[in-house]
Amino acid sequence: MSEFLAPKNLSEALAARAAHPDYIAVAGGTDYMVASKDRLAPPGIINLFGLSDLTELRNLDGGGLRIGACCTYATLLGDARVSGTFPVLRDACREVGASQIQARGTMGGNIATSSPVGDSLPPLLALDATICVASTAGERRIAYEDFLVGYRKVDLKADELIVAIELPAPANGATQCWRKVGTRRAQSISKVMMAAVANLEDGSIADIRIALGAVADRTIRAKAAEDALRGTVPGEEAAKRAAKALADEITPIDDLRSNAEYRLGVAQNLVRRFVLSL
Amino acid sequence: MNIEVTINGESHSIETEGHRRLLDVLREELGLVGTKEGCGEGECGACTVLINGEPVNSCLVPVGQIEGTALTTIEGMAGSDSLHVIQETLVRYGGAQCGICTPGVALCAKWAVEKEPGASKERLRELLAGNICRCTGYQAIVDAVVAAQDSSEPGHE
Repeated sequence: MSEFLAPKNLSEALAARAAHPDYIAVAGGTDYMVASKDRLAPPGIINLFGLSDLTELRNLDGGGLRIGACCTYATLLGDARVSGTFPVLRDACREVGASQIQARGTMGGNIATSSPVGDSLPPLLALDATICVASTAGERRIAYEDFLVGYRKVDLKADELIVAIELPAPANGATQCWRKVGTRRAQSISKVMMAAVANLEDGSIADIRIALGAVADRTIRAKAAEDALRGTVPGEEAAKRAAKALADEITPIDDLRSNAEYRLGVAQNLVRRFVLSL
Repeated sequence: MNIEVTINGESHSIETEGHRRLLDVLREELGLVGTKEGCGEGECGACTVLINGEPVNSCLVPVGQIEGTALTTIEGMAGSDSLHVIQETLVRYGGAQCGICTPGVALCAKWAVEKEPGASKERLRELLAGNICRCTGYQAIVDAVVAAQDSSEPGHE
């Protein structure tokens, strides 16, 4: 008999998580339930979907936003703050699956699964997100970049749940860009995706964050490319330097969806076009 | 576990295991076989039902999550003596071929038309992009949804 626990609030959920380390915490179920009929029943499920403590969207001081881990893509797409302040995240949410997945899939779920092709993940790196996790012992905050520790692996302990994502407001006038490359706009698993945020001061790039998906074992920042761009004037020369730096820092793989050469070439083009758009 | 849920306007009390797919419980426990299984992986949209008015892939919903919600399946879309306007236009425009995707298409279209009245054809295609038709009859489907959108006939809940 597989138990289905439906905690009513976060403290009940954390107690359930602590008491049943072998149970699966399920939010929207859009990853976990895939082909579930072909598997044995789980020891138990801790349901998180719809928990009001985890579906809050709250303004932060300084113009940032705290996103409850169980906010769905549809919720984010309907929120004026997300569209207004974080268009890179909105655009990514719009290309996750299609309407049915967007109604159910959650940010926290995408982060916990941590697939290298998770579409909502590059925007979080580009926006310098902080992940808030909690256990019955209290809350812990960690930079998203440090939260990613390996292939489908995040720094989440057995008794912890992801409770929220905090996004600081980007610099005034920052340019944000989302690009997903796949076989089809909806429902496709990405070959490469890029989220980038940059702002200029006096005509040169003051700060830039470029995040890439599907080119490594996890979502990554393209730091060498960023370093090649920071402090420089955007243009063809800068774009070339960034593309070269990128070739030295990423080693995408061949798989059934694409191959290393194509992925590198596309990633370079995405970065190049972003630089030329600045 | 026991699940209290409203399906097509009727209250149900279902005794089952919460990890089961909503799709299987609808078909096997409740006999609501209008909901079809396509891929079983959330890719095709054939098993679409509405939970509190939102389209979901019922193959991806653990049934324990429907406690306290209101579901609409294809069986609940038509009125007692007439089709829903979207069903009528799907018939009129030939928007159904083999029929496996049709229940999901009809429900997703109902949601899309209600959510964004007056949406462009392109936007409707985006909202319906999660419903795959392997007969590839997309043009007739989209034409039917546009016609339903334009229709002055009231829909049936």
